[in-house]
Amino acid sequence: MASRLDRSPVALWWWTVDRWFLAAFLSLMGLGIVLSFAASPAVAERIGLGSFHFATRQIIFTIPALVVMIAVSFLEVRQIRRLALVMMCIMLVMMVAVLFIGVEVKGARRWVSLAGLSIQPSEFLKPAFVVISAWLLAEHERHPDIPGNLFAMILLGVVLALLMAQPDFGQTILVLGTWGVMFFMAGMSWFWIVTLGAVGMGGGLAAYTVFPHVAGRIDRFLTGEGDTFQVDMGRDAIINGGWFGVGPGEGTVKRVIPDSHADFVFSVAGEEFGIVLLLVIMSIFAFIVLRGLRIALKEHDDFTRYAVAGLVVVFGFQSIINMSVNLQLMPAKGMTLPFISYGGSSLIAIAISMGMVLALTRKKPEKLRPNSFAAMQRHAVAAE
Amino acid sequence: MIGLLGKKRRNGEGKDASIVVDSARKATGGRTRNRVVMTMAVFFGIYATIAGRLVYLGMLDPEMSGGPESRVTASRPDIVDRNGEVLATDIKTASLFAEPRRIVDADEAIEKLSTVLPDIEVEQTYLKLKSGTGFVWLKRQLTPKQQAEIMQLGIPGIGFRTEKRRFYPSGETTSYIVGLTNIDNKGISGLEKYIDDQGLADLQASGLAIAKDLKPVRLSIDLRVQHIVRDEIQSAMEKHRALAAGAVVINVKTGEILAMGSVPDFDPNNPFNAQDKDRMNRMSAGLFEMGSTIKSFTTAMALDSGKMSLNSTVDASRPLTIGRQTIRDFHGKGRVLTVPEVFIYSSNIGSAKEADVVGIEGHREFLKRLGLLDRLQTELPESARPTEPKVWKKVHSITAAFGHGFSTTPLQTAAGAVALMNGGRYMTPTFLPRTLEEAIAVSRQVVSEKTSEDMRYLYNLNATAPGGSGKRATVPGYRVGGKTGTAEKVVNGRYSKEKNFNAFIAAFPMDDPQYLVLTIIDEPKMEGSTRSATAGFTAAPIVANIIRRSAPLLGVKPEFGQEGSATLASYP
Repeated sequence: MASRLDRSPVALWWWTVDRWFLAAFLSLMGLGIVLSFAASPAVAERIGLGSFHFATRQIIFTIPALVVMIAVSFLEVRQIRRLALVMMCIMLVMMVAVLFIGVEVKGARRWVSLAGLSIQPSEFLKPAFVVISAWLLAEHERHPDIPGNLFAMILLGVVLALLMAQPDFGQTILVLGTWGVMFFMAGMSWFWIVTLGAVGMGGGLAAYTVFPHVAGRIDRFLTGEGDTFQVDMGRDAIINGGWFGVGPGEGTVKRVIPDSHADFVFSVAGEEFGIVLLLVIMSIFAFIVLRGLRIALKEHDDFTRYAVAGLVVVFGFQSIINMSVNLQLMPAKGMTLPFISYGGSSLIAIAISMGMVLALTRKKPEKLRPNSFAAMQRHAVAAE
Repeated sequence: MIGLLGKKRRNGEGKDASIVVDSARKATGGRTRNRVVMTMAVFFGIYATIAGRLVYLGMLDPEMSGGPESRVTASRPDIVDRNGEVLATDIKTASLFAEPRRIVDADEAIEKLSTVLPDIEVEQTYLKLKSGTGFVWLKRQLTPKQQAEIMQLGIPGIGFRTEKRRFYPSGETTSYIVGLTNIDNKGISGLEKYIDDQGLADLQASGLAIAKDLKPVRLSIDLRVQHIVRDEIQSAMEKHRALAAGAVVINVKTGEILAMGSVPDFDPNNPFNAQDKDRMNRMSAGLFEMGSTIKSFTTAMALDSGKMSLNSTVDASRPLTIGRQTIRDFHGKGRVLTVPEVFIYSSNIGSAKEADVVGIEGHREFLKRLGLLDRLQTELPESARPTEPKVWKKVHSITAAFGHGFSTTPLQTAAGAVALMNGGRYMTPTFLPRTLEEAIAVSRQVVSEKTSEDMRYLYNLNATAPGGSGKRATVPGYRVGGKTGTAEKVVNGRYSKEKNFNAFIAAFPMDDPQYLVLTIIDEPKMEGSTRSATAGFTAAPIVANIIRRSAPLLGVKPEFGQEGSATLASYP
């Protein structure tokens, strides 16, 4: 391993990167590959592809994802901001484009085909949006005369409008929730919290009344009636697996879950490898989120604080929604499990996003601010 | 976490008090940190909830969710005859079920299954497999060969469950007595149902019916005699091209039923025709006008009333006219007859006059006393309620005297006749073993000892005296006595000359009767002709054959010495 005295970029990266995060991300990627062998053959066979079609593609996508994550983690804070800005602009354009040239799948236009690759722009938009919002909030903090908060709200409005136009209710909730948390951290007054909370609930009610499929899912969750096949099967798969699972390739319930390789990979993992593994996976997610927030807590730079917190929060929300649906804790909602569910776009986007986290959390020399000194002195006095 | 919050708050307070310049900046920083901590707390709570849910799911029993609820088919006790021969026992079979939710390809599953089970209903099975439920039966009670072949198919989502199935080693022979169970091994007829009604059903419902704890149920039936009875009634039915035939053998002393058969019957191991119209246990569930056999009761009533004795006479020279009806004799002698002559010549006129001596009320009361007007309650659930005239008038009493106008089951007729043979004690017949003491305890005196003795004399006389109708029932050495009954059947509301119902009540040995045999045959025809036959030619020979074959098994010693009256005279 590189010496501490080595000042080459790689050595510098190795000594400054948060290795706990790195280990967590790599282990999730590894689990994603292992679990794709369990979850995807049944689906691939059902739609007439080779048994390991999806598993192979998962491996193929993992390689660029890994490269992208590491590459992004080499960037400096300033470069991250620029990357986000560029991504933001491209993805906003694509989000508009997808409404016209997108491939319609099950009544929603979310995918755009570029050079033989299917890309879901909203997946890439999320980290860019989080970083840009963090920047706007931080700028407002630093120079209250800059209407950062207003810009952030406008940006949110644009992104939400584009997501609802697809429509993609799940991503909308995710973006809104993440933005809400970031705004909350940035010191939104309780008046606004309550107001926006009420608006959010009103929006939820509106979605319930306006979109029949949303209403249907919530009704089914609350009453347990209607077509709850997929979620019931997911739950059955976990129960069938028990603590230690029925063994790799031995699962039977997984064969009848339509989305076993994507949204219900968690259930399949439960059936074949047991609840113990699910607890491990869940712990890794919780670890990432809580560690990210703890770093945000200690961070002095507002931008970094909001960006790291926002990125791990969106990551955390996504994992929570996916796991909760699998465990029948909330209404069915299509949401991938970061790093683990099958999906090229999702995997690369998450890799970029976590690459940003790694970049932002790298140890860096900090400006010592006078007020910090003052605070320390006061503490010292108080202790005496 | 809380400590952290507290520290931050103190931090804020201190700052407010001292340095005003930093105040705004510090306030935001402190608030942000508070809120990050709050966010952490919320996320921690959510993940803890998920972990809790996972642990909860881990605690659940996999079988309880979605999978088939484990339902063990009921165990039943064996049923054995009085000598311990098995009449019914549980065997294990495999039943095929499916878990539709785990069926991957219903079409494929049906296609494969139909190679082993060609009779599977495709459409119905398809709907079952698509039903999305957790459990459906596809086919119950398969053979081991079928089970092995289905296993070879390797269809996912199906399985086998071991079920109990009833097997009846004696087949048709005891079909009506033992009865049947349904596919869930619950008794639905015969003594199988009786066993369930005695609390086995409750025991099964509570899951306490464990095979090894169940003691065999022993019956009073003697399988050897039962086999003889069934064999004889079957061949008699075929010989006389009759609709049906039946017989019962009862221990006169205890009321135990040794054998009871009714043909046509069914194979309880394959009861495809058990519901057919002609499949009925005629001995206990069939109602018949028993005809002249009822004259036994009329005679006993007259003798028991004390108003007549064996030496009394009645005038049977002229037909009897009641209203528009005229009563004639089949073998009319056209003269005054003694009581024994009325009996052996089976005089309708004489019997009517005997009944007249007792009166209408007395007549009805006597029949009721002998259990002929009430539903006979044995262990067998299949028991018919006898019919009688709504209001007894003189004409009813007269017709009832020779066995018309009221219908009884053959079994209850036999039960009444038992009392006439055993010294006057009426006891409900039973299919379960009963000792002499128990029998006496449950019995009641219905006629006097003397009347019973007279009746034994008359039964014996009817078989031995010249002109007696029971001659064909005699078996050398076994001193059989009895009474025939040839009833014209009611067809379209009128008594038919062509269609007869024949019965014969017999007991042996007549010096101290041990067993009573009653046989019936419905619409028999003379051999080689289409003419209807009388009881003396049909029912009586069945009795003779049954006694000839079964008496040695029943432990009755033959006596080849002086027969008839000489033997009877030696009886006190």
